[in-house]
Amino acid sequence: MTNWLHHIPILIVAVPLISAPICVLFTFGANRKAAWLWTLLVSWFAFLCSIYLLNYVLENGQISYHLGSWKPPLGIEYRIDVINAFVLLLVSGISAIAVPFGRLVVDREIEPDRQILFYTTYLLCLTGLLGVTITGDAFNIFVFLEISSLSSYVLIAMGVRSDRRALTAAYNYLILGTIGATFFVIGLGFLYMVTGTLNIMDLSDRVTHLADNKAVHAGYAFIIIGLALKMALFPMHVWLPNSYTYAPSLISIFLAATATKVSIYVLLRFLFTVFGVSFDFIPLTLIFIFLPLAIIAIFFGSIGAIFQTNIKRLFAYSSVAQIGYIAIGIALSNTIGLTAAILHIFNHALIKGALFMAAGCLVYRVGKLTTDSIRGLGKEMPWTFSALVLAGLSLIGIPTTVGFISKWYLILGIMENGWWPLIPLIVMGSLLAVVYMWKIIEAAYFFQAPQDRVPVKEVPLELLIPLWILIGCNFYFGIQADITIGISNEAATSLLDHSP
Amino acid sequence: MRHHLVLRVIAKMLIPFILLFGLYVQFHGDFGPGGGFQAGVIFAAAFILYALVFGDNQARKVIPDKALILLVPLGLILYAVTGFYGLVFGGNFLDYNVLLNSPKAGQHIGIFLVELGVGITVAAVMISIFRAYAGRTRAIDDEDW
Amino acid sequence: MLAAILDHYNYWLIIFLMMIGLYIVVSRGNLIKKIVGLNIFQTSVFLLYITIGKVNYGTAPILTGQPETFSNPLPHVLILTAIVVGIATTALGLALVVRIRESYGTIEDEEIAVSEQFQAESEVNQISS
Repeated sequence: MTNWLHHIPILIVAVPLISAPICVLFTFGANRKAAWLWTLLVSWFAFLCSIYLLNYVLENGQISYHLGSWKPPLGIEYRIDVINAFVLLLVSGISAIAVPFGRLVVDREIEPDRQILFYTTYLLCLTGLLGVTITGDAFNIFVFLEISSLSSYVLIAMGVRSDRRALTAAYNYLILGTIGATFFVIGLGFLYMVTGTLNIMDLSDRVTHLADNKAVHAGYAFIIIGLALKMALFPMHVWLPNSYTYAPSLISIFLAATATKVSIYVLLRFLFTVFGVSFDFIPLTLIFIFLPLAIIAIFFGSIGAIFQTNIKRLFAYSSVAQIGYIAIGIALSNTIGLTAAILHIFNHALIKGALFMAAGCLVYRVGKLTTDSIRGLGKEMPWTFSALVLAGLSLIGIPTTVGFISKWYLILGIMENGWWPLIPLIVMGSLLAVVYMWKIIEAAYFFQAPQDRVPVKEVPLELLIPLWILIGCNFYFGIQADITIGISNEAATSLLDHSP
Repeated sequence: MRHHLVLRVIAKMLIPFILLFGLYVQFHGDFGPGGGFQAGVIFAAAFILYALVFGDNQARKVIPDKALILLVPLGLILYAVTGFYGLVFGGNFLDYNVLLNSPKAGQHIGIFLVELGVGITVAAVMISIFRAYAGRTRAIDDEDW
Repeated sequence: MLAAILDHYNYWLIIFLMMIGLYIVVSRGNLIKKIVGLNIFQTSVFLLYITIGKVNYGTAPILTGQPETFSNPLPHVLILTAIVVGIATTALGLALVVRIRESYGTIEDEEIAVSEQFQAESEVNQISS
């Protein structure tokens, strides 16, 4: 009697949300394996739902789901179009592939009596990220953003067993993340003050008539800064390197691939759907603030990465640089540029997911991860290191990898706007990526292992299979790029169309 | 425990009224100001006052840690079950209209159950937070006062 | 001009609180003080929402059956959620401070930085030796 397919938009959020408290109940049997299995099932459920949603949206257009049957703009609405269906797929997909990887590394890195609560918090984080992406209500975005942020602070701090610096990393992230979220709420307050609505579609209708309103301008500035902090755009990236470095491996994979991406999605939503490019401030912000910051981010991140000795930290700095590429795509604000940005959101998640997963494999065997501790490991752990090299190639942007596709589209977008001087900068960014990836490859393959080290075995298949699936995705979507390009293009067009 | 006679007597007198007030705010919440969040905090305040005056160990006998671990998810599950209940009977998630025969009665029972769930979770979470901090330091001996 | 400023005294107070809070977060090195600053900052936002929910001559939004002007209840509900988020943030922040204090022996920003610097250097030395 109930058409369950109609309710998929709520189930994809409500099922992870309700499964978190159910997961707590596993503490009574102290059953760690059951908690892991439960998390896995929920992740896969969300993944299947998001595949269904993306298919549905591509064929039939937008979905609007009314919570409690209250009609928007009064009630909360879940609104799904191509772009957030794509981001949903990304978040749940990464979770679906990271959780199978997670069991062994979590067993190694988290105290046994904390593991069930760890999985509970993970489920809350997943709920938050999915909720931010799916909801069509601006205040709801804030609530879900805080659910995901608060749980990620906890998850990062759980890395304390291996290194106490996880605590200070989580603390700094907490302070900055809260400031970012609070800025976002202040901005929403200003918008609510003049429009009296919080529904995103309704907001965008009403804001168009208020382009000269000072309160709207103030709200705009607060929202953009708040979100830029959450997405770790230079110079607001300071929380990122330590958080990703000292977090447990599973969390590094999951957050690096999804957390900042979701904030970028919200930023796109506000820039293009709510305010629209016709809003005077936007071209100014994009060209005079976003573009310079993005370029600095690329160079700061890449050069910073070159000087790191800790491998996870190196990848974290590289993330700062990659967010720069996405920001350039947004700053172009033409269809191809936005396509490139959305493509890179997806592709970078695949690349960083694979890189952090390889780092997770290394942590599993070696413990502390520095360029010195992996000397000569290339021969002993051939599968892990060949995966690392392939993911590195993708990061650099070698043809047939996903990294190439997004950079290619970025350059096409730049040419359309005629900003020629940017092209050499992007190529230089890629060359810097070669330098920092080479540091790892050199240490693993060309340096001799210390004499006194005990031989290291390859990691078990349970870790290798998810890693190689991600590597496979890196190449599959690099060769069969039509799928992702088509979706990103449609998403970019719909974003730009919405702006009246 | 020979000390703080005034504190103990006053606390014992106050705690029932705090609990009663918490229940009032909880169940009168759909007619006047109140609701699950406020009621949960007030309710928890009574237990925290008890723990402050009579000691953390004594308070753990009143509500064991295991009970708290059960109560925190229980409230959330109550909330979600109410949401899914509407979904099963043909409405959307959290649609209270379909819970009972008439929409008015449905809305009433719906918000009642949801706020009850919120109240249980908030009270249990507040006590847990207090306990997490209080349990990390050694209890102060009577001689130290 | 002066009247326009004085009429909006509530907004001035909110901005004042907001800046105090943000300043404390940025300038204080003590981790607890930072959290207190963060709290003040968030409280100012709560007040901002409450103040925009106020309707002139409006009363509390409770149905009494008589025709009355009500204040807008929506901001209150929104802020109830934001307060809960704030409590969660504060509780988590303080919990982290407790753990930091246990493993570093201090809650001063600078001393922690020194300690971490020392840890990083000793790691490098350990590997190269």
